[in-house]
Amino acid sequence: MFEMQTGANMSNTSGQTLLDFSSVSMTFPDGTRALDNVSLSVNAGEFVTVVGPSGCGKSTLLRIASNLESNTGGTCSVDRDSIGYVFQDATLMPWRTVQKNVELIAELHGLSKADRKEKAAEAIDLVGLRGFEDKYPRQLSGGMRMRASLARSLVMKPKVFLFDEPFGALDEITRERLNDEVLQLFQREGFAGMFITHSITEAVYMSTKVLVMSARPGRIVASFDIPFEYPRNHDLRYEPAFAEMCGEISHALRGAHQ
Amino acid sequence: MSTIDTQQSIVDEVIPDQKQRISVSDYSGPAIVFALFIGSWYLLSGVILPPHKRFLLPTPHEVINEGFLVWRTGESRGFQPILMSLWDSAKVAIMGLAITIVVGMVLAVIMSMSRWLERATWPYLVAVQSAPVLALTPLIRALIDGAQKQRVLVVVLIAVFPIVSNTLFGLLSAEKSQHELFTLQGASRWTRLTKLQFPAALPNIFVGLRISAGLAVIGAVVGDFYFRQGGVVGIGAQIDVYRNRLWGAELITAIIMASVLGLVVFLFFGWLSRAAIGKWHITTRGQ
Repeated sequence: MFEMQTGANMSNTSGQTLLDFSSVSMTFPDGTRALDNVSLSVNAGEFVTVVGPSGCGKSTLLRIASNLESNTGGTCSVDRDSIGYVFQDATLMPWRTVQKNVELIAELHGLSKADRKEKAAEAIDLVGLRGFEDKYPRQLSGGMRMRASLARSLVMKPKVFLFDEPFGALDEITRERLNDEVLQLFQREGFAGMFITHSITEAVYMSTKVLVMSARPGRIVASFDIPFEYPRNHDLRYEPAFAEMCGEISHALRGAHQ
Repeated sequence: MSTIDTQQSIVDEVIPDQKQRISVSDYSGPAIVFALFIGSWYLLSGVILPPHKRFLLPTPHEVINEGFLVWRTGESRGFQPILMSLWDSAKVAIMGLAITIVVGMVLAVIMSMSRWLERATWPYLVAVQSAPVLALTPLIRALIDGAQKQRVLVVVLIAVFPIVSNTLFGLLSAEKSQHELFTLQGASRWTRLTKLQFPAALPNIFVGLRISAGLAVIGAVVGDFYFRQGGVVGIGAQIDVYRNRLWGAELITAIIMASVLGLVVFLFFGWLSRAAIGKWHITTRGQ
């Protein structure tokens, strides 16, 4: 159940590898070493969550995957045209309505007006925002903004979904509700998911696999396969096996802090 | 396929629009200040000024009777010549403002493209902003023919700075993550400008517009002083005539009408701003 990650390829059963980090290192121009020899891969139908202390370089992994930063060592292979990226904040354009915000990425990809309208309507349905298409972001709660942000990424049906601590700013109830929604989307779309969070509970609840990163420079120090069946029910959080899993990860994380 | 069943539970999360309530206090403020203003005017012209100097500042009712209610006496006395001059200046102000907006926004876009250009350009903009127009009049006269064009140039010189600085500030105000969203989609510089930076800049652009619009009116009036030709003269030149002849009532009337022009322009851009961005941009005032 608990194995030390050595950088070798990890055993995966379902789907093709869509995101692959191979000995990725990252040193910032100021000399800060953010990542050290990180290897991991995410297959279609896998949901991999990285937990680790603040500033350990978790988010840097996603930024490398999406080409917002370039790694200084190793290779990261991913089809960059099929990435969905969900930011820490909703990153909506305040001057656009929900509908127009959801259409944005499709618009930047040059889809026709009719096409993106249809796709946006579908995505808005999926995240449960129907009826709010004409609202502006300022009229929405934090949870609803995040839903709109999710819908915006969904429109292009990405094969790889990167989540950079997306629900950290939300209250617990809203966060749990959005966890369920992302899981439903995950099951429906079968994308390869990579999720960054501080919350162990969230990590275990969402994932097929949880990776623990050490403090700077970030290295993967532990990997946990999460055995629970999908669809997962929110009562899972209160089952002994779930608590045990969280306990083990917490233990590994405490080790990673030193 | 099933959609996520959260419709009911999230309805209450929508933040309702605040209804604009107009109450007595919305009018009482302006009314009280107006009463104080008229009161101090009477005090100044009727009590404080010595009697032999009171012709310099006629009382409010004298201004109304002799300035506003006399249509036309002689060549340039009365309300009609004042309106004609005002219209003449308004045309100059509007033309100058139009040029200012185009020039200012283009400059701001160019400056937003590179830090290098921004740093190279600022000192000259500040210089234009602070150079006294009086000192430039001979040069302007030598370079440009025709009082109309000369006055328009003065308007541009006086009004351009706020448009540039506010537009630039706005163009650079988009959040990093918003930029990254565009980067992730491989957006071109033009797409980034039109779909992200420009809309993000709109609230600042409107602030700049309101300031520049007011300055354009000032610029037109100032330009009237220095550049005039035969026929109908601008309100600034008209004010100068009244000042020289010590026609107090007409002088005050002309000044009030010039202010009214500034106020109209200011209100127009306030309205335009609300119409364009009021739906998504909110201003907050704490309590």
